[in-house]
Amino acid sequence: MENPTPPSTDRAQVIKTNAIGLSKKDYDGAPSTLCKGCGHNSIASQIVQVGFELNLRAHEIIKLSGIGCSSKSPAYFLGMSHGFNALHGRMPSVSTGALIANHTLRAIGVSGDGDTGSIGMGQFKHLMRRNVRMVYIVENNGVYGLTKGQFSATAEEGLQLKYAGVNEFPQVDLCMEAIIAGCGFVARSFAGDAKQVRELLKAALSHRGTAVLDIISPCVAFNNEDDSPKSYGYGTKHEKPLHELGFIPYAEEISIEPMEPGEFRTVRLHDGSHISLRNLDSGYDPTHKLAALERLQRAQDTREFITGLIYYNPDRPSLAEVEELDTPLAQLSAEQLRPSKAALDQFLQSYR
Amino acid sequence: MSVLERQQEAGHAIRSPVINDFSLVVATANGTGSQTANLTLLRSFFKLGIPVHGKNIFPSNIQGLPTWYHIRVSHEGYIARRPSEILVAFNPATAHDDVQELPSGGVCIYSADLKNLPQRNDLIYYRVPVGELIAGIDVPVKRKPYIANMAYVGVVAWMLEVPLEVVEEALGAQFGYRQKLVESNQQVVDRAYAWAAENLSKQDPFRVEPMNKTEGLIVMTGNEAGALGAVFGGASVAAWYPITPSTSFMDALREYLPKLRKDDQGKPTYTIIQAEDELAAAGMLLGAGWAGARAVTSTSGPGISLMAEFVSYGYFTEVPAVIWDIQRVGPSTGLPTRTSQGDIAFAYTLGHGDTKHPILLPSSIEECFEFGWKSLDLAEQLQTPVFVLSDLDLGMNNWMGRPFEYPDQPMQRGKVLSAEQLQAMGGFARYKDVDGDGIPYRTLPGTDHPLAAYFNRGSGHNEQAQYSERAEDWLNNMARIARKFETARDLVPAPATELNPSARVGIIAFGTTRYAIEEARDRLAHRLPTSLLRLRALPINQAVRDFVAAHERVYVIELNRGGQMHGILQNELPEFAGRLRSIAYLDGMPLTARWVEDRLLKEEESSL
Ligand SMILES: Cc1ncc(C[n+]2csc(CCOP(=O)(O)OP(=O)(O)O)c2C)c(N)n1
Ligand code: SF4
Ligand SMILES: [Mg+2]
Repeated sequence: MENPTPPSTDRAQVIKTNAIGLSKKDYDGAPSTLCKGCGHNSIASQIVQVGFELNLRAHEIIKLSGIGCSSKSPAYFLGMSHGFNALHGRMPSVSTGALIANHTLRAIGVSGDGDTGSIGMGQFKHLMRRNVRMVYIVENNGVYGLTKGQFSATAEEGLQLKYAGVNEFPQVDLCMEAIIAGCGFVARSFAGDAKQVRELLKAALSHRGTAVLDIISPCVAFNNEDDSPKSYGYGTKHEKPLHELGFIPYAEEISIEPMEPGEFRTVRLHDGSHISLRNLDSGYDPTHKLAALERLQRAQDTREFITGLIYYNPDRPSLAEVEELDTPLAQLSAEQLRPSKAALDQFLQSYR
Repeated sequence: MSVLERQQEAGHAIRSPVINDFSLVVATANGTGSQTANLTLLRSFFKLGIPVHGKNIFPSNIQGLPTWYHIRVSHEGYIARRPSEILVAFNPATAHDDVQELPSGGVCIYSADLKNLPQRNDLIYYRVPVGELIAGIDVPVKRKPYIANMAYVGVVAWMLEVPLEVVEEALGAQFGYRQKLVESNQQVVDRAYAWAAENLSKQDPFRVEPMNKTEGLIVMTGNEAGALGAVFGGASVAAWYPITPSTSFMDALREYLPKLRKDDQGKPTYTIIQAEDELAAAGMLLGAGWAGARAVTSTSGPGISLMAEFVSYGYFTEVPAVIWDIQRVGPSTGLPTRTSQGDIAFAYTLGHGDTKHPILLPSSIEECFEFGWKSLDLAEQLQTPVFVLSDLDLGMNNWMGRPFEYPDQPMQRGKVLSAEQLQAMGGFARYKDVDGDGIPYRTLPGTDHPLAAYFNRGSGHNEQAQYSERAEDWLNNMARIARKFETARDLVPAPATELNPSARVGIIAFGTTRYAIEEARDRLAHRLPTSLLRLRALPINQAVRDFVAAHERVYVIELNRGGQMHGILQNELPEFAGRLRSIAYLDGMPLTARWVEDRLLKEEESSL
């Protein structure tokens, strides 16, 4: 919402509110200016829905992005939260700084495949190396939407598009890159699969470090021919969910329904919430790094994309934990930030 | 006139003592630990109360990696670079040239290991049998070369009549009073001193005498002083990428912060991140500044170029950040270990689309400290990236200074609205000029109020920070930011002026050229009286205009080829463009007083 208005208290009872008394509308942003049917819009709607369902408090959230059509979308959700639309490919460094300044904020970042996989690859990798706690969404359409259809680094080798011609180079798989960089929460989804996007988002928000969601998000303007792997048509036909996902927030502890042995795995998230996975691929283990990489490679070879939580490892501490941050640096008082005159005089003794 | 010139006029044979007035250069090979020996000498002079300054001149990639450490000792307090009369020749690779460079009447103290040293009959030679002097000293093999340097410390001490207990005290300070190291080194100094006293006869006129001109002073590098300033300025996030000559700034910060900035529970009130490059460092700064931390980085020219896009963004979206540029010479590796004032024009307008940034210009360790904390205040007050342009000479060398004054004003956090203030005001517009000074109000993420949020964006925006491509919005916003820059003129440190009522000629300078210029002005006092205005920041204020107006000709002296500050001042003072003259020079070395003197006289001659 560009012109934030406080939630009104005298609303008619019929409007559904969440546990903190906000309606879904309170999680909206400005109206989208993206193309109708753009996958990015569906993802923005799911973020709104998740904010509502998880009772997120606006001031506890920051939204960040790089540059691209995808990166515009933070303007279209959570209008009552601070936002930072950074430079092309540079969301990671800004997020790192902001979350060091105030590590109690929860960050939702939106980037594109060009923003992340081309110009921003270096920062993307270093963000995950440092394990900065944030949800990092890549709205992956295989092209540069905003600059009108050039190939991005995630475009499949041999892909032919009207404007861009034939892509001669191998694709970058951002999930593989994330796993190799040390990311402990790597998932892939499809913008058209609203339920799965929501569940992954909820789980990602609970993760202790960087959580990467690579969401195939078709560009209806430049990459939506049915034989293109990042089109809607292809996506609905070739999406292969790894597992069904149920997310149970810590706040509303629900007893888990009995599960068939072998079919389910419940993973406890760092903040105490749980995520349960239904293994469709028999024997798929999302906590096994090499297996995850192997599975991704196989999917690439057969030109299908697997969706779900591909890799999960909550062991590594976040950057804020490594830095032993306590009171947010941004909230320290002048007294805490400036040592005394006596300390200065004493310190200078050794330079006499 | 230098001491030697005077000596020579007095006649070669009669040499009256030269007390507390000489320049000494120690030539060694890099990596031999000579820095400890050199600093021991420097500290000895300092402890004797004599004004002193040392400059480490170290080319970056000549084979053998020579270094020259220049120590200027001056009872009058002049500390600019001056060609040396005394050479300590300990580097076989450069000894030949080093000896040739000595002026007639100079002194050469040389290691007995050197072969084929040029024999000049206008020099005085003292031979130091290093091997003999360190034989039998009980130190690990790898420390041998280190203690070997102590041999010249002993001989120099003998020659200049530095009391041994003063050297010992200086050594102690050098090693942080680690007893074992002090002992083994002191042993070599003592032996060398005794050996010299017995085997050499003093033929040169140079010596020291205690005085009281360094009482109460400290010795520090500019980078250490700047980092300490940042510590007392409440820097809470530092992000950086290593580059000479800025690295020692961060090294100091990494040393000082843990000592001075832990809270009651022993938790750090800061974070330092070594970024993947300077571009990321700048992004981290802006993220941190936006979220309410006090963020600082240090870099040098090549790093500044990588920061350009973010600095431009920070200017336009109005996010505080402090960037120290410890200037060196040239692009890429240029002359990475040489000093310059070459980034002024680049930094002042760094970015695309009408950018202009406040720049602080320290000239001493006192100003490094002061600007260290003040820059963080200014960045938050003005809500914009602020540069501090130091240089290699100031940053990496040891300088004397008065103990730093504690910040004389409370920490300035700028116009940040709390939830309570928002409630009382009924909301705010991020980019609205409420107070007429061009500086808008901001809120920090995490502020618990439904009207606190705004969207920080590089795109065109209106007062509410909403996306806008309207011509009026663009015009109004840029006009307001220009107004903010006007406000900055009197917020940044004012220039320091020395008006000479009989001067028709003025000099404008900034940074470390002041030492050569101050000495040159004294030497010219009778032939060419001058006034001096030392810029301490950009943008300039009325005082600079008044200074230029009060003089017939004003020379802008700076350490670069093109006269960058001269160009900026001509732009700012178009009505005086004609009387502003440029004296710009850069060969990688700090200016000498002699050079400034000659140039000024030449310029004046040609303007008559
Ligand atoms: C430094 C820089 N270079 C180039 C651009 C131009 N540019 C804007 S968006 C974009 C590509 C965006 O692609 P992607 O991240 O995939 O986003 P999409 O539009 O496809 O969602 C480019 C090249 C820019 N804004 N900044
Ligand atoms: S150009 Fe493509 S990516 Fe951009 S808004 Fe339109 S559909 Fe979405
Ligand atoms: Mg794209």
